[in-house]
Amino acid sequence: MAQPETVELAAVTKAYGDVVAVDRISLKIEAGQYCCLLGPSGCGKTSTLRMIAGHESISDGDILIGHRRINDIPPAKRGTAMMFQNYALFPHLDIAENVAFSLKMQGTGKAERRKRAMEMLDLVSMTEFADRKPNQLSGGQQQRVALARALMTRPSVLLLDEPLSALDPFLRVRMRGELRRIQRELGISFIHVTHSQEEAMALSDLVVVMNDAKIVQSGPAREVFNRPRTEFVARFMGGHNIMSEGGRTVTLRSDALQISRADGARRATVQEVEYRGPQVMVNLATDSGDEMSAIVSERTYFSDPVTPGDVVGLTWPADEVHELTAEP
Amino acid sequence: MSEATADGARRFFRRARAKSATGAEPGAGKALWQAAPMALVFFVFFLLPLAVTIIVSFWEFTQYSIEPALVFQNYTDVFSGCLEELPGLCVTLATYLSTLKFCFLVWLTTLLIGFTVAYFLAFHVRTLPVQVAFFLLCTIPFWTSIVIRMISWIPLLGRNGLVNGFLIDIGVTDTPLEWLLYSDFAVVLALTHLYALFMVVPIFNSMMRIDRSLIEAAADSGATGVQTLTSVIIPLAKPGIIIGSIFVITIVMGDFLTIGIMGGQQIASVGKTIQTQIQYLQFPIAAANAVLLLIAVTFAISALLKMVDIRREL
Repeated sequence: MAQPETVELAAVTKAYGDVVAVDRISLKIEAGQYCCLLGPSGCGKTSTLRMIAGHESISDGDILIGHRRINDIPPAKRGTAMMFQNYALFPHLDIAENVAFSLKMQGTGKAERRKRAMEMLDLVSMTEFADRKPNQLSGGQQQRVALARALMTRPSVLLLDEPLSALDPFLRVRMRGELRRIQRELGISFIHVTHSQEEAMALSDLVVVMNDAKIVQSGPAREVFNRPRTEFVARFMGGHNIMSEGGRTVTLRSDALQISRADGARRATVQEVEYRGPQVMVNLATDSGDEMSAIVSERTYFSDPVTPGDVVGLTWPADEVHELTAEP
Repeated sequence: MSEATADGARRFFRRARAKSATGAEPGAGKALWQAAPMALVFFVFFLLPLAVTIIVSFWEFTQYSIEPALVFQNYTDVFSGCLEELPGLCVTLATYLSTLKFCFLVWLTTLLIGFTVAYFLAFHVRTLPVQVAFFLLCTIPFWTSIVIRMISWIPLLGRNGLVNGFLIDIGVTDTPLEWLLYSDFAVVLALTHLYALFMVVPIFNSMMRIDRSLIEAAADSGATGVQTLTSVIIPLAKPGIIIGSIFVITIVMGDFLTIGIMGGQQIASVGKTIQTQIQYLQFPIAAANAVLLLIAVTFAISALLKMVDIRREL
């Protein structure tokens, strides 16, 4: 595989007429990092990825891979490879031919193509399907083939456009682990677009949260989760209560909120109780009208279960309160 | 169609089939009645004439009479002299060869034009309203009758026509070009003009089903524009190409009007042979010729259909 390379975006903009899809974003992804572009649909994450891939022109700004400015370089010469959301396998070619497509374009001989395709299929454990057509494979299998085809070009950066969204939840978790393993083995950079914060946290070295064509926050998953900069990030990452306290907006992780029968800092009524296996989530409405939620470990909850309608006191350790540093 | 909707449709049909299987009797009867009008039309206007043609092709024919019979005389007459004249060509074989030649030339020109137009419409025209507008433009030749369309070539291509006048004016030639009208060239030109749309539509249809991300995936794998065309677009447009070819080949094989008018009644074609025989009331031999033509066309179509799964396209 090729050397991993850094990817740097400098004030990159994408405009479709008057609509700005990506608004002057700047970002540096270190070589060999697993980066997730996270955000709701329409936030500009896919446009950003497609600009890096070269399937979308860059309206303004620069993209650098390593020390090369790649704005005007065709997709195949950028050192990137893209894995498409719907996999985009060639329906008229069998799996081995799909994987070896880039070699065929370079004019590599048939025997050599087959050999290299089999090596790549081995990496994704798909060798026994080499002679099938794409429509004879399941979604998960097609995805592995798409991954093998993308890796065939020996990219230094792999771009993945919502690769797991078409899979069922069980397979999604398994493929997630597999992507992470392959990224570690190859040591190249992965840039992965997703709208699932769970996926982003599970995979990333670097989480980049986007909203309204801009980057709202970027950093390691743990930092983004624990210290959201804006209300949007806190809501999007989930598991946070957003409260105003003395004129400031603060967040408090749901699992830091404690419920007791005694009085606490606030009084609230239990609205709904959701059992989640290891934890139980309790939705609450405070007397002041805020909605809050507490995540309690299953054992703690069942030692003194509350039911909807119960009035409880809420307490939390003062050092768990996090102040939002930037307002949207 | 996306995978999800295809799956949905399949499930739907399976369910529908299961339902009609359980309540078989009344459901099946109703379905037959619903198909009856179409079956009647099909029977009266297709099966019956075809049967009559086949029957008449075996009737006995002399200079002054046509008698119901079962003789192969008409078929042997069609090929009379063919064995003796070998390696030369008898009239029938020469006629078939000439018809096949036009078939091939028109197929080639309509394919080149049809593919190019369809490619432009499918990949370069981005919005649906513009696509619809361009399609309407393509159908303009169909707004007038076939005969008028052909006659209007005459002032354009004739000895003193517009094209010759222009060529003489700009000094390309001193004397009018004779081969512009009443020639093989004129026949191919007119047939191409008439039938190119029959190539455009099915090819366009196939191309619109090509997932655009496949073209990006090809570019991502380092394919040049030409490589994307030859290794992705053409293979995936093949069903459309074959369906269009079937249209064009069947039409041209049976054509006598265009070849007659544009060829100045001097060029032979199978259709024209049949028409002439009908004019002289030689029905049995005309029927025999028609049956042979039908067999030839059926062979050509079944060979083409081997190359494409037509059910998937409908």
